[in-house]
Amino acid sequence: MAPRVGVVIFPGTNCEHDAILAVQRLGASADLVWHGDTSVSGYDALILPGGFAHGDYLRPGAIARFSPVMEAVAGFAAAGGPVVGICNGFQVLTEAGLLPGALQKNRGLRFLCTTVRLRVETSDSVLTSGVAVGTELAIPINHFEGNYTCDVETLARLRDEERVVLRYVDNPNGSVDSIAGVCNEARNVVGLMPHPERASDPLLGSVDGSVLLRALLGSATLSSSGESAA
Amino acid sequence: MADPALFSVLVEVRLREGIADPQGATIERALPALGLTGVTGVRAGKSFRFDIAAADDADALAQATVVADRLLANPVIEESSVTVHPAGGSA
Repeated sequence: MAPRVGVVIFPGTNCEHDAILAVQRLGASADLVWHGDTSVSGYDALILPGGFAHGDYLRPGAIARFSPVMEAVAGFAAAGGPVVGICNGFQVLTEAGLLPGALQKNRGLRFLCTTVRLRVETSDSVLTSGVAVGTELAIPINHFEGNYTCDVETLARLRDEERVVLRYVDNPNGSVDSIAGVCNEARNVVGLMPHPERASDPLLGSVDGSVLLRALLGSATLSSSGESAA
Repeated sequence: MADPALFSVLVEVRLREGIADPQGATIERALPALGLTGVTGVRAGKSFRFDIAAADDADALAQATVVADRLLANPVIEESSVTVHPAGGSA
């Protein structure tokens, strides 16, 4: 069975169709899940795509955290279901407490829209399962607030537990320890600033994002055989 | 219980010490253009004003603190301070 992916949208999300197309082309089926929905049952994986949820008012993700769907997302994550937050989705997951740290304004206060090189730092996450450590990927970033920050203790834990999933080869935004993506303790929730769905076709200049999305769909298939997610 | 009264609230949110502040740093770098070379330690923050109907000062402060801690500040990087005055007075 093709995995079913739920793509969670908030008012102001704008990368949902790119995400849907990218996973469909890898053989998954995908639907939009509205932020007012209270259930995510029937999905094998969830993607929180990029954009400006609730206008990014207050802080990116700060209001989205209170959207009704977030309780269902948290339940899905707690049951082991794969959840990936891309860009604004990453910001939402940190605000919701599903991932550690926070995303600050870029060093130099520059909006960055460019393709960057990333290094895969662990194969033990739903987004990098089966991808060799050290693999380099060319994937675009497109953000103003992608400067990952956390306190010293959290950073030490992330390193010790190998929960830094991706690092920038050349740190573009001032992120602590060049962190581009992290995962939770159970390794089934991943957030990253780069946009894998924008590197999913040769016409886009890179297909490296498909490496990550394919790994996610593989993880989704595995988790659906457990079928415990709420 | 007494009738609720209206209280004016001011919440100030600032980045915690040790958290880099690209906005503050940029502002600081711009100041020499005004001829001011002695300004250091610029930190940008946010302030919020709103009114709360509450039984008394302590109740107003307790409610406003929930607003500040649960929504207005992200405790990972920010801290906040809350002040409460009876509405209608000078705030």
